[in-house]
Amino acid sequence: MNAIPGAWDWLTTSANWQGESGVWHRLGEHLYFSGVTLAVACLLALPLALWLGHIGKGGALAVNVSNVGRAVPTLAVLVLLTLTPLGEHGDLPTLIALVLFAVPPLLTNAYIGMREVDRSVVEAARGMGMSGGQVFRRVELPLAYPLVMTGLRSAAVQVVATATLAAMAGEGGLGRIITAGFNLQNTPQVVAGAFLVAALALLVEGVLVVAGRVCDPSPAARLGAGGLGRGRGAS
Amino acid sequence: MSTRRNCLVENDWICGEYVRTRSQELIDATAQHIGITAASVALGVLVAFPLALLARRRRAVAGAVLGLTTVLYTIPSLAMFSLLLPLFGLSAALVVTGLVLYSLTILVRNILAGLRAVPDEAVEAARGMGYGPVRLLWEVELPLALPALLAGVRIATVSTVALTTVGAIVGHGGLGTLILDGLDSTFKAQVLTASVLCVLLAVAADLLLLGAQRLLTPWTRARRPGSDRIRARAEKVAEPA
Repeated sequence: MNAIPGAWDWLTTSANWQGESGVWHRLGEHLYFSGVTLAVACLLALPLALWLGHIGKGGALAVNVSNVGRAVPTLAVLVLLTLTPLGEHGDLPTLIALVLFAVPPLLTNAYIGMREVDRSVVEAARGMGMSGGQVFRRVELPLAYPLVMTGLRSAAVQVVATATLAAMAGEGGLGRIITAGFNLQNTPQVVAGAFLVAALALLVEGVLVVAGRVCDPSPAARLGAGGLGRGRGAS
Repeated sequence: MSTRRNCLVENDWICGEYVRTRSQELIDATAQHIGITAASVALGVLVAFPLALLARRRRAVAGAVLGLTTVLYTIPSLAMFSLLLPLFGLSAALVVTGLVLYSLTILVRNILAGLRAVPDEAVEAARGMGYGPVRLLWEVELPLALPALLAGVRIATVSTVALTTVGAIVGHGGLGTLILDGLDSTFKAQVLTASVLCVLLAVAADLLLLGAQRLLTPWTRARRPGSDRIRARAEKVAEPA
């Protein structure tokens, strides 16, 4: 049970933070992988989900993609991609796997957020003479915002977790500290690495919760329609 | 043609010879995978049920339990297993404990939602008929909460099948161990076969539980299918992936 003090010693040893396999470099890799892939996943998934939600089609696709994403093991996809010819292109297999696993939560939540907008509100907006684009920008998007943010949080947490697993497929990132610890049979290093990864995941989640509140476009809308209240409660 | 002999030598992705010659290894890994998943979900339900009952009693407990399980769910799987290493060493118990902690998030939420959705009239009627709290729970509330509970068990089982693979880091990952070994030896057939088996396992478990759900709660089928689908969607939203 001397793993906790051991992990503390590991974390407070400055040599472990420097160099190619030090914490700072691994954290940099982790943030680079996560940031790039989350941005790409958003660019792919959000326009598609919001458009499908706006026209009210493709619900089966948007919902089932999450079920499929849950059933496919991340580790298997990472290893499979690494063994394909893509594996010769450095970080590419990891980046592709990260995007693949970030898309489902974004797609599903944004789509459901759009579909759960109270139909009578949309009808009223149309009755006031709003065009399709105006309804989308001024009514549907602000009301779907909470669920879009839930999807973004889920995707971000998923990306941080998957980037950790990439270390098992031989890639960089903070997970490498853990796998190196296992190879060296150095339990304090394993625990220290795990602590860093967990802290990063919780920090990302926390930052996105705060960012979501700060950027909420419809503070007044929350007091309004009952339909929206339900949507928020469920998320 | 000696294609059959060659697929192992040429390291093809699909190789019947591999499946034939290593069938025992595949069966053992699949059995370990099923064992770890089943133990984790079963223990998860046993832990989640009392937690949901406690959470239903007091709002403060509900906030604490839901908050804590959400935090646990946010921790990446590799980190979760690694944090448990000093407690359990390289053992299957470590993997099962980690997976139980993950399953709690979904199970507690769904059981709580199921219990809260029990109509007040049903509870009042049972009380009026002289049901005590235990009999009320087992004979009225639990059966009515069963569809939500089983929906949670299905989601938890499918994600547990996938997460079990990460147990390979401590040598107890079922099919995941074959996947990781296949990476080290760049053995494509082993990686692909184990991956496909893993997905098939998740699908099979999902269908099996769906069948169980239909058998155990025949009254839910009487309703319009449309309303069920809407509820299923609402449950998915409630799940904090």
